Amino acid sequence: MDVAKRDVGRTPIGWDGKTLLEMMEESERLFQETGRYQGIDRLELKEEDHFRYERAFAKLRGALVAARETALHISASPIVRNIGELCFALYTPEGDSVAVSTGIMVHVHTMSEALKWMVRNNYERDPGIRPGDIFTSNDPDVGNVHTADVHTMVPVFWEDELVGWASGVTHQVDIGANTPGHDPITPTSRFEDGFHLTCERIGEDEHIRQDHRLRSQRAVRSPLYWDLDEKCRTAGAYLIRDAVHRFIAEEGIDYYKRFTREVVEEGRRIFMARVRERLLPGRYRAVTFVGIPFKEEAWQPRARKDFICHAPMEIVIGRDGDFFLTMEGASEPGFHAFNCAEGPMQGAIWVLLSQMLVYDGKVNDGSYLALRHYFPPGSWCNALDPQLSYSTPWAFLIPAFTGLTRCLSRALFARGYREEVVCGYGFTGDAIQGGGTLAFNGEYWPAANFEISAVGLGASAVHDGLDWGYAMWNPESDQGDAELWELLEIGIPYLARRVKEDTAGYGKYRGGSGWEALRLLVGNRDAELYMARADGVTFMGSGIFGGYPQATAYRLWSRGSEIMDRVSKGQPYPLGDDPDSGEFEELLRGEVTRRTTAMMMPEIFHDRDVLHYVLSGGPGCGDPLERPAQRVVDDMNEGIFSERIAADVLGVVASRAEGQEKWTLDEEATDARRQEIRRLRAERSLPFDDFWQQERQRIEQGQLVEPVRGMLRESMGLSQTWAQEFRAFWKLPEGFQP
Amino acid sequence: MERRTAKDLIDGQLSWPQLKEIISHPKDPDRFQVVMDVLRERLGWQEPVLLPLAEHLYIVQKGTQRVVRCDCGYEFGDCRENWKTKARVFVRNDESLLREIYPQMMHCDPQWMELREFYCPGCFTLLEVEAVPPGYPVLFDFQPDIDGLYEWLGLPLPSSASE
Repeated sequence: MDVAKRDVGRTPIGWDGKTLLEMMEESERLFQETGRYQGIDRLELKEEDHFRYERAFAKLRGALVAARETALHISASPIVRNIGELCFALYTPEGDSVAVSTGIMVHVHTMSEALKWMVRNNYERDPGIRPGDIFTSNDPDVGNVHTADVHTMVPVFWEDELVGWASGVTHQVDIGANTPGHDPITPTSRFEDGFHLTCERIGEDEHIRQDHRLRSQRAVRSPLYWDLDEKCRTAGAYLIRDAVHRFIAEEGIDYYKRFTREVVEEGRRIFMARVRERLLPGRYRAVTFVGIPFKEEAWQPRARKDFICHAPMEIVIGRDGDFFLTMEGASEPGFHAFNCAEGPMQGAIWVLLSQMLVYDGKVNDGSYLALRHYFPPGSWCNALDPQLSYSTPWAFLIPAFTGLTRCLSRALFARGYREEVVCGYGFTGDAIQGGGTLAFNGEYWPAANFEISAVGLGASAVHDGLDWGYAMWNPESDQGDAELWELLEIGIPYLARRVKEDTAGYGKYRGGSGWEALRLLVGNRDAELYMARADGVTFMGSGIFGGYPQATAYRLWSRGSEIMDRVSKGQPYPLGDDPDSGEFEELLRGEVTRRTTAMMMPEIFHDRDVLHYVLSGGPGCGDPLERPAQRVVDDMNEGIFSERIAADVLGVVASRAEGQEKWTLDEEATDARRQEIRRLRAERSLPFDDFWQQERQRIEQGQLVEPVRGMLRESMGLSQTWAQEFRAFWKLPEGFQP
Repeated sequence: MERRTAKDLIDGQLSWPQLKEIISHPKDPDRFQVVMDVLRERLGWQEPVLLPLAEHLYIVQKGTQRVVRCDCGYEFGDCRENWKTKARVFVRNDESLLREIYPQMMHCDPQWMELREFYCPGCFTLLEVEAVPPGYPVLFDFQPDIDGLYEWLGLPLPSSASE
């Protein structure tokens, strides 16, 4: 406190003569002492005039949503405009979110961390925070997921006091990393992650400085889109600032100050109430793994390693309503692009709880304050090393948080709220990334397709998951229009988009289905392209109550295909891929590559090459044999399940007359098939003790492959608790190392 | 929620518009009792059912013990222990076993991960699937604090249910 005051040498900008640092320290002290935001005991404004209070929240929330909708039409890159890949929020002077817009809400809390970082580092003293200033940040170690997400933060003043921050985030198509793209997979350190802005003041007097503009536009491969998005974020932030000024003029500064604090405390209380309303005390566990086969593929020597990310999740809900989430046992970070700082993990908790528990409440940092969490320091999910790469933490973060959905789903189910169960979601990845150069004018085009934000949602306990329409980080996302993506990715138009058979996780209620696309290179000098999904050698999470995980990704492309000849002769070309049929190879010819790894390192492609990718489905819920047979037939008729999967997994036999498209249920054969599968289950399964002996033997005799053993060693090294649990379960001697 | 609606909910008979209506409205505080009444009636067990643990599993008060029981009647023992340790297990840990249920190239590498299917030994319903690397401990998914729940709900535990 004294340091702040001594160094400021001018009037503090916080409330009641305090510095921002003093305000933050006081806020944290009050929360520590009382367990309530700012120590607020009664929601006085709400109690005194409920209607005025709700109208006030609606005004701010409305201003944020309007700012988002308006800003993306003022100026925005195709990625931002096409699927609304942006978000705005209003924060207290200490950096706690008060209200948020729709959009990529996962960043609301990461921006909060960036603002707090500025306050903690006493930006009020140096470089100073003044009306008209514009700050920008994208440093993952400070408060961001990865460098491609860029935040603009504008201080909102009323007279001489800072009354809040108006902030916005957009996702860049390129951030100047060691390869083109927004989720690069080749970096191994910070120094390959691209352009970093660590909470920098980029503008004064409502004007973005020229030195920043010149520098940033030279730092990325798509300067036009950088410029459009920076204007978009700044415009949105100013729309919010102006709305706050109007709010204060109408309601008074005292009301605004009290309201913005009270509403965060109310957000906290709503979350606590939801826990008691919908969950139950107890201990919940889930685990997810992400296998990365980089031993052969990685570019850099240090990165050439096969490894598995271990993401164990435990939630303990106490009788007092305490909600504690821990990832004790998480494995290590490393020389790869998938490390994660603590801020994004906090953001992920926040965005999922906003969707699963408090979607009808006051969505702000109150939800974040209502729970406790532990991300082990030095693990992949709290790496604590700014020099690591944080290019694509999504590869681990997204799978890891399917654990949260499964844990909460068990509670929701037990409480009778079966309609709220969601047993996971698909991985939002795989569409092409990179960029190319047009032959006729040498112009660069970036590939950064956000149709990834339309994967399958996991099944609920009473209905199927949403097909091709979910992204955990942007609850309102969709595929976007293919034609708009083609404007951006001009050298690689679509050949086809269609439902991908057998990508929905099997279950009584199936997961949402995934889909696939084929792209053709046309009119290029060349293109450097890659694709990434986290599930290839491992499934992403699992289903629940007997549901299966959704199918994994695979790689497929043809170099030098004969597509042009076929098109000129009016002959058919593939509209997707069935790995068992050989149609892709037969119709396209060329040099065809198929691989089971989900990550494809950047490669150079040329005209006539055709690339295929699969967007993920979601996991299933319940025993697949209990899915009503006619629903399976409907699935077959919609291209969701193939004849083989229907018969072998769901036990449904259907037939169709030659030349007919529609399948018809064969009830008798279905009954027989389902009985046969149950008989097989009885015949092939083991008593648990026999299974336990067999697995233990594999561990003891060192029959696990190196990535599995490495993962176990990492987790045991970072957590004595996890090591003891592992040894105790398998009855292994003290000190045993796999 | 009306009892009839609860039955349809449990049976998956509600259409999406009906579900959307339920999801969009404030939650009915008596849902637990309504759903439990339907489930207890259907199961027809003499012992009090305390909680649905999963689609087919229930925690039942049996004398002084709380046990996990499948709706087919098979008992998995004390609910404080993982019911999976009393289940039948089938592990898909090679290419051919994975290919039985997934298309070519669209499943895990069995060296890196296996699928463990846990069946009820009574009716061979598939109760849970684990996707974990070989050698990973079996997960104890859910340990509910039943007394805590009834305390939250202000409901008495069924008379023979106090531990």
